[in-house]
Amino acid sequence: MAGRPRIVFDHVSMEFPSKQGRLRVVDDVSYEIDDGDFVAVIGPSGCGKTTMMNMVAGFVQPTSGRVLLDGKPITGPGPDRGVIFQEYGVFPWLTVRQNIAFGLTLRANRAHAAERNEICTRYMKLMGLSEFADAWPKMLSGGMRQRLALARAYAVRPQFLLMDEPFGALDAQTRAAMQDLLLEVLAAEGKTVMLITHSVEEAIYLASRIVVMSARPTRIREEITVPFAYPRADALHETREFNELRSHIRDLVMREYAAQAQQSQAVGAE
Amino acid sequence: MLRRVVLIALPWLIVIGIWYAIAYSGLINPALVPTPDRVAWRFWDLMTHARLPVDILMSTQRVVIGVALGILAAVPVGFVLGWYRNVRTFIDPLMNFFRALPPIALIPLVIVYFGIGELAKVVVLFYASFFAGVIVMYEGIAQISPIYVRVSRTLGASDAEIFRKVIVPLTVPHLLTALRVALGVAWATLVASELIAAQQGLGALIQNASSFFQLDIIYVGIICIGLIALAMDLILRAVARRLVAWQERIA
Ligand SMILES: Nc1ncnc2c1ncn2[C@@H]1O[C@H](COP(=O)(O)OP(=O)(O)O)[C@@H](O)[C@H]1O
Ligand SMILES: [Mg+2]
Repeated sequence: MAGRPRIVFDHVSMEFPSKQGRLRVVDDVSYEIDDGDFVAVIGPSGCGKTTMMNMVAGFVQPTSGRVLLDGKPITGPGPDRGVIFQEYGVFPWLTVRQNIAFGLTLRANRAHAAERNEICTRYMKLMGLSEFADAWPKMLSGGMRQRLALARAYAVRPQFLLMDEPFGALDAQTRAAMQDLLLEVLAAEGKTVMLITHSVEEAIYLASRIVVMSARPTRIREEITVPFAYPRADALHETREFNELRSHIRDLVMREYAAQAQQSQAVGAE
Repeated sequence: MLRRVVLIALPWLIVIGIWYAIAYSGLINPALVPTPDRVAWRFWDLMTHARLPVDILMSTQRVVIGVALGILAAVPVGFVLGWYRNVRTFIDPLMNFFRALPPIALIPLVIVYFGIGELAKVVVLFYASFFAGVIVMYEGIAQISPIYVRVSRTLGASDAEIFRKVIVPLTVPHLLTALRVALGVAWATLVASELIAAQQGLGALIQNASSFFQLDIIYVGIICIGLIALAMDLILRAVARRLVAWQERIA
């Protein structure tokens, strides 16, 4: 499972300018994501999780330290790292099929029409969107938009999948279905995944490793290896091991949430 | 279907009804209120025996040219202002200053700088369309969510590809709205622009008629302006419905 390190956080810190001078968000984080890992990042809101993902995506650069991809510093976004945004970011002016094909029409990963069609058809089938091939996104439900975003990212064959609370806006049933679909798709075409989530259950159910982040400025509070083999099924939720791990992580996370809340109050009172 | 036709026709029939009522009520000197049938007859008379077709053509041509040039200029300016927030902060008051000036107040200056020919009339219409259009454009473009640009970058899009495949399609709805607003403003400004020594045009028709107190002709001119503006707006709306069918709601 675990292979060579692909993404490396090397003493990474991030500060943003703020009214009180500089706001330190990420504090000296070092971590390695190995090939084929599924890393779930969990921590209080506002601690700096999205900032960490943005550094991997290439939207921002750390103020000190380095974020490396296969040994080279990340300088910008690229099709090797697919990003799934919480707001989906499905293109409303393109049909479902055109959305999936979008990346394949770009110079960076241009495919011939026949190949493009084949890829679109495959992912529409995989994500259960075939019936909606020529529909506008405005006609899709939240879960379907999410699947479309996933299909669009997959179409350009990224090696990495970066997901920022991707299922946060979905209802419980859709969310469970999306989790299983994600595991299915990953089983078919392995990727290295970084997933930000607020749900302890989701992190355990999906990930091979979990990183619990502290309150801001965020540090790694604990690294956990999830001891369950893939493929995983819903029944896992009922096992004693799952529940023990969940209690342990929940305790950690609750403590950090409390710390973050206290800190926010202090900032508010200033 | 029938219901729809009735609902569309009803407000018009009510207006005509009120018009008749006023004309025949005796509250106002009948000489001052020509009846609808009198105006309709005059319309037909001017259409067949006189200048009305030429007037309509000239006015429509001026409006179309003024709006076309105005929007052509509004697109790049709207882009820059919509895209660069800090530029907008400084330019916004200036835009609102110029937009607030009534074109009719500018006419003496337009005559001084552009003479009394066709150019001067188009300049007035250009002015009105540009400032109406540019504000719609940049407010629309400023609202474009940056997430689409981010998504396309993660899929490997270059700057040129982002412009062509993301920004342009997202701009089309705002362009259509700008065009509709500019057309409305241009028709509303037409009579003012034809104050500049116009021999032909609906504005000129109205002004000539007023010198001779031909109220029915004034009514014909006014109604023609309203109807042509309405027709153009309906056509643009139909185009918009096809072009931006993807939008959640059509403006
Ligand atoms: N571009 C930015 N400029 C200034 N402050 C920022 C910026 N991005 C994030 N922050 C701040 O950094 C902190 C962490 O944000 P974020 O990474 O989004 O947290 P999380 O995803 O864990 O909820 C927040 O306090 C946020 O206000
Ligand atoms: Mg976040």
